[in-house]
Amino acid sequence: MKKPRVAIFDFAGCEGCQLQIVNLEEELLSLIEIVDVVEWREGMSEKNPKFDIALIEGSITRPEDEERLRDIRARAKVLVTIGACAGTGGVNKLRNHMDQKVVGRTVYGADADKSFLQVGTVRAIDEVVPVDLQIPGCPIDGREFTRVVRTLVLGGEPHLPEHPVCVECKRANNVCRYEYGEVCLGPITRAGCGARCPSFGMWCFGCRGKVTDPNVDAAHTVMASYGKTVEELEQRLALFGS
Amino acid sequence: MSQLIETRPGEDDRGAASDAKSKHVEVHHVTRVEGHGSVVLDVDNGTVSRIAWQVPEAPRFFEAMVVGKDWQDIQTIVSRICGICSISHSLACIKGVEAALGLEVSEQTDRLRRLAHMSELMQSHVLHIGYLVAPDLLGQPSVVPVAKSHPELVGLVVSLHRLANRWSDLVTGRTTHPIALQPGRMTHLPSAAELIALQHDLETARKSYWRLVEAVGGLLGGLPDFERPTEYVGLVDGFGYAFYDGRIGSSDAQVPLPLDHFEQACNEYVAQDSTAKWTRWHRDAYAVGARARYNLNGQHLSPLGRQVAQAAGLEAHKHNPYYNTVAQLAELGHIMDRGPELIDEILAAGLSPERPKLEPHAGEGVGAVEAPRGILFHRYAFDAKGRCEKANLVIPTNQNHANIQKDMEALAPTIIDRPESEITLLLEMLVRAYDPCVSCSTHFLDVHFVGAKAPSEERD
Repeated sequence: MKKPRVAIFDFAGCEGCQLQIVNLEEELLSLIEIVDVVEWREGMSEKNPKFDIALIEGSITRPEDEERLRDIRARAKVLVTIGACAGTGGVNKLRNHMDQKVVGRTVYGADADKSFLQVGTVRAIDEVVPVDLQIPGCPIDGREFTRVVRTLVLGGEPHLPEHPVCVECKRANNVCRYEYGEVCLGPITRAGCGARCPSFGMWCFGCRGKVTDPNVDAAHTVMASYGKTVEELEQRLALFGS
Repeated sequence: MSQLIETRPGEDDRGAASDAKSKHVEVHHVTRVEGHGSVVLDVDNGTVSRIAWQVPEAPRFFEAMVVGKDWQDIQTIVSRICGICSISHSLACIKGVEAALGLEVSEQTDRLRRLAHMSELMQSHVLHIGYLVAPDLLGQPSVVPVAKSHPELVGLVVSLHRLANRWSDLVTGRTTHPIALQPGRMTHLPSAAELIALQHDLETARKSYWRLVEAVGGLLGGLPDFERPTEYVGLVDGFGYAFYDGRIGSSDAQVPLPLDHFEQACNEYVAQDSTAKWTRWHRDAYAVGARARYNLNGQHLSPLGRQVAQAAGLEAHKHNPYYNTVAQLAELGHIMDRGPELIDEILAAGLSPERPKLEPHAGEGVGAVEAPRGILFHRYAFDAKGRCEKANLVIPTNQNHANIQKDMEALAPTIIDRPESEITLLLEMLVRAYDPCVSCSTHFLDVHFVGAKAPSEERD
């Protein structure tokens, strides 16, 4: 069997998702036995005109990024985003709600007008090209990544959990964050992280994005019973671009 | 991380007619917030006409994005500046937020944060030494062929890296983008049993560490012989090897600067063609990172750290930027000593859950730590409701840009007679030594030789 060719690309982001791939350690060495990694950075792309699976990290912020992404899409059979920046825009999208002139001046002062400091608004990958699959999270979960890649290699269709984080949180025996008077996105966020943040004493930040069909009514009921508003919920949702 | 993929040697060298009197060498790659860069070297008639270290990364505007956000959300946002040193960013952030809001933390919280911090220094250093530098020293393009030619070495690197990651997971909840590091408290405590198990594993890992030292130590002859004394900047506290706390020390200054005045040390400016800001203090450039820390605090290294520094000849090469990797190796020894000691202290004091009532008030404050790549500053101002009004973040890689440029200016004229592949490797290794960030260094695999063009053609 010919090994599928995999290429990994990144745009604006922290590259923490790629680090999760490195952190697979031995598992990574075993993964690269079943796939042929033909590119893992923009730089090598000219040498490998075609690949089967493209993995994309990061958001799109500049015209040259968009051009590069369209080229990648044209060359990929399957395009998979990894992480929140690629999937929803992630924290990068926070600045879309602000005046871009003010944003530029806040960071670069009087130099903000220089040509090489110009960027546009932030877009998720699927706002620019069609995406076949999204591996969510900030950062991605290494085990989920491995499962998705192995499923793709076997010719299957990977599935993500369709239940909210609350399910995993209950299973972990955590006290509900609303009991602490906090606003938690667990009721509407896609599970798969093992309710990692609530298990470590924080509310769910919604980094994995909403489940496909969130039970909004139930979420409203929870919010109301703890005296919280939908506005507070939305403010937290905005943190990771949802 | 493209280091994990084999490049195809030879392809890059097409058209590289070496030994020509005129050359145009470009090392180009894409960028990210911590400082991706490109190198351009032009040689006209045997002299260097241009050597430029450029940082054209996609700017992400974190200092603007946190404005208006609640004090409890700042760490979650700024952790995302860097996937590799998110624990350091989180620590600098929450210390800055606490200084601004007037929040005090318990000794328990302070000790657990120091423990978390060491875990990140360990993971980052092991990654850099093992995955990025070792292939250079072995003449290999990436860690993949090294895994075949030196399986024992890669096995050591993998085991130490995995241990460091487990350590971060245990204390902070996640290796990348920590959860438990929040203003005012740790939101989660490891159990005594978990800490004892970690301590045991760290003590067992000393053997692996020592074998790594022997393996890497035997390859140090491969480090280029290049010296350029510069100014070294890092945290100093007068009594220890400062990672987590202190004032701003400089090899050019008698008296350390209080953290609150860090802008006077950094003097940031926008350099041509770089989206990252550059810095300067007493000279036109200064260095931060493991070698700077060693130059400022070397006498305070733990016994194991000092032993490694001595065995590797670090003192004699402390002005050689390529020896930053050796300083990292010595710091790993320091951590192998101090980590288990700190766990002893934590266990002796006992662990008790805390839920302090945190009342924000208006204010401004600074937090700083030594990130793996050097001193990191975060300044925040908040209004009375705890909403962020202003942020100023100065990251280590930006503080090294000017120094990298000055090193290249000194190095380039001495190597222009060598084959282009060698020139490229020496320049790449120099940038890699500063460990700007994992991805940055690996971007340097992408090397374009435009070849030996006539000088007139090089100007476009």
